[in-house]
Amino acid sequence: MKTLQDSTKTSDDNAKGSTRRPTNPIRRFWSSAVGKKWVMAVSGLALLGFVFVHMVGNLKIFLGAVHLDEYAEWLRTLGEPALPRTVVLWGMRLGLIAAFGLHIVAAAQLTRMNHKARPVRYQSRRDYVAANFASRTMRWTGVIIALFLLFHLADLTWGTTNPDFVRGDTYDNVIASFERVPVAILYILANIALAIHIFHGSWSMFQSLGWNNPRWNPIRRYFAVTFAAVIAVGNISIPLLVVTGVVGK
Amino acid sequence: MDLNLKVWRQAGPDATGRFEIYPMHDVSEDMSFLELFDVLNEQLETRGEEPVAFDHDCREGICGSCAMMIDGRAHGPERGTATCQLHLRKLTDRETITVEPWRAAGFPIIKDLAVDRSAFDRIVEAGGYITAPTGAARDANEILVPKQASDAAMDAAACIGCGACVAACPNGAGQLFTAAKYSHLSLLPQGQPERFTRVVSMVEEMERWFGSCTNHGECEAACPKEISVNFIAMLNRDYVKAQFKNPALSGQRH
Repeated sequence: MKTLQDSTKTSDDNAKGSTRRPTNPIRRFWSSAVGKKWVMAVSGLALLGFVFVHMVGNLKIFLGAVHLDEYAEWLRTLGEPALPRTVVLWGMRLGLIAAFGLHIVAAAQLTRMNHKARPVRYQSRRDYVAANFASRTMRWTGVIIALFLLFHLADLTWGTTNPDFVRGDTYDNVIASFERVPVAILYILANIALAIHIFHGSWSMFQSLGWNNPRWNPIRRYFAVTFAAVIAVGNISIPLLVVTGVVGK
Repeated sequence: MDLNLKVWRQAGPDATGRFEIYPMHDVSEDMSFLELFDVLNEQLETRGEEPVAFDHDCREGICGSCAMMIDGRAHGPERGTATCQLHLRKLTDRETITVEPWRAAGFPIIKDLAVDRSAFDRIVEAGGYITAPTGAARDANEILVPKQASDAAMDAAACIGCGACVAACPNGAGQLFTAAKYSHLSLLPQGQPERFTRVVSMVEEMERWFGSCTNHGECEAACPKEISVNFIAMLNRDYVKAQFKNPALSGQRH
C-alpha cells in the first residue's frame, strides 16, 4: 500500500515507524496537519479579532467625518509618545500580514494533502448530511476574501483604484469609493463571502484548538452565527448606506 | 419489492472499474442490504458470472467489515447503522440504489466493493494500545475511574473500525477513527503513562494515509456507532499539549 507521501519518499521510508519527521520542534509541528490546523485556528482567531475591531472603528463613519478622521489619525499616533508615530500601527500590520500568510499557506498545503487523500473521487453523487454550504466552500470564500483584500487595499489604503483619493481624508475617500455602484456591490458581495467563511471558521476553530466541553459546546454554534451576522450587518451597512445616499458628504 | 442495483465492478486494484446495473425482482423488504447482495451473487453464479466481492463477517453491526457507499452515504441513509443492519424496508422509496466502494488513498480497492483497510491497523500499531504488565490481574476496584470518564471511554471504544468516517469525509480524513482509538485509552487512568507519546505517534501515522480534518462533521453522521466529533477535539488538544510536555516529568502527578 502507498502512503500519501510515497511520491516523494523512498520505499525504505515507508517501513513502519520510520516516518521521517523534522527534528526541529517548530518544523515538526508544522509538518503535521493537526499542527497546521492549530496554526489556522490561532491565526484565524487573530483575524477575527482584527475584522471585529476594524468594523467597530469603521462604524464611526455614521458619527460623521470628524469622528472617523480623528479615529484614523489616532491609529497612526497610537503608542505615542513612548513610540514614534505609526510604529504600533505597523506592528499590528505586520502581525496581520503574518496571520494572513500562515492562514493561507496552511490552507493551501492542507488542501493539497486532502486532494491526495482521495485521488479517485466518488463516481456517484454524494449525499452530504452534516457538511454545510459554508464548510464546503471555505476554499472559495477564502480566495474571494484574499482577492477582495487586495482590491480593498488598492481602493482605500493606496488609493490606486480610487480616482478621488486624498491621503489622510478617510471619510471623503470612503464616500467617494462607495458612491460608485459597482464598487458598493463588490464590497457587499465580499462581505457576504466573509460572513460565510466566518460562520464555519469561528466554529471550526474551537475543534482545531480542542476547546471542547459538553457544557459549553452548544455556545460555540451560537458564537459562530452571531459573530458572522454581526460582521455581515456592520460591514455591509457602510457601502449600503453610502450608495443609497443616506450617508454622504 | 423490485429495484435496480447499480454496483461498482472492478476486477482488481489497478483495473478500470465501471457501474453495472442489476435489476432485482421480487426481493423481500425484510432482507438486510448484505442479503440483497447474497441474492445477487447467487443469481450471478447461476448465470456463470463473477460474483460481486464485498466484505462482511458478523452481520450484526459489531465487526466493522461491511463497507458500502449506498446512494452517496456511507452505510446508507439510516443513522447509526452499519450496512449489514440496513434493511430494504428503509429503502422502499428508491428505484435505483447506487453502491460504490469507500474511496480514499488509504483504502485502495482490492476488488469491486472490497477495500484494503490495513492503514487502520498501522494507526493502532503506532500507539492504540497500553503496555500492560502480564501476570496476575490487578483488583478491578483498585483504580478509581469517574463514571463520566468510563462512559466517555466506552463511547469511544464503540468504534468498529469500518472506515465510514474516512469514506464520508469530504477530505478523506481518518480523524474520527484515530480519535476514537486514542480516546478510549487516553480517557482512562491505565492509558495515562503513554498518553502523550501515543497521541503524537498515532496522529503522525494517521497523516501518512489520510487527509486532514476541516470539521465538516460528516464522519459523525456516517458513523454506525455515532461516535462524536468531540473526540476529535480531544485528540487535537492532546496533540498540541504533547508538544510542550517534558517527557522526563511525565511520572509526576501534579
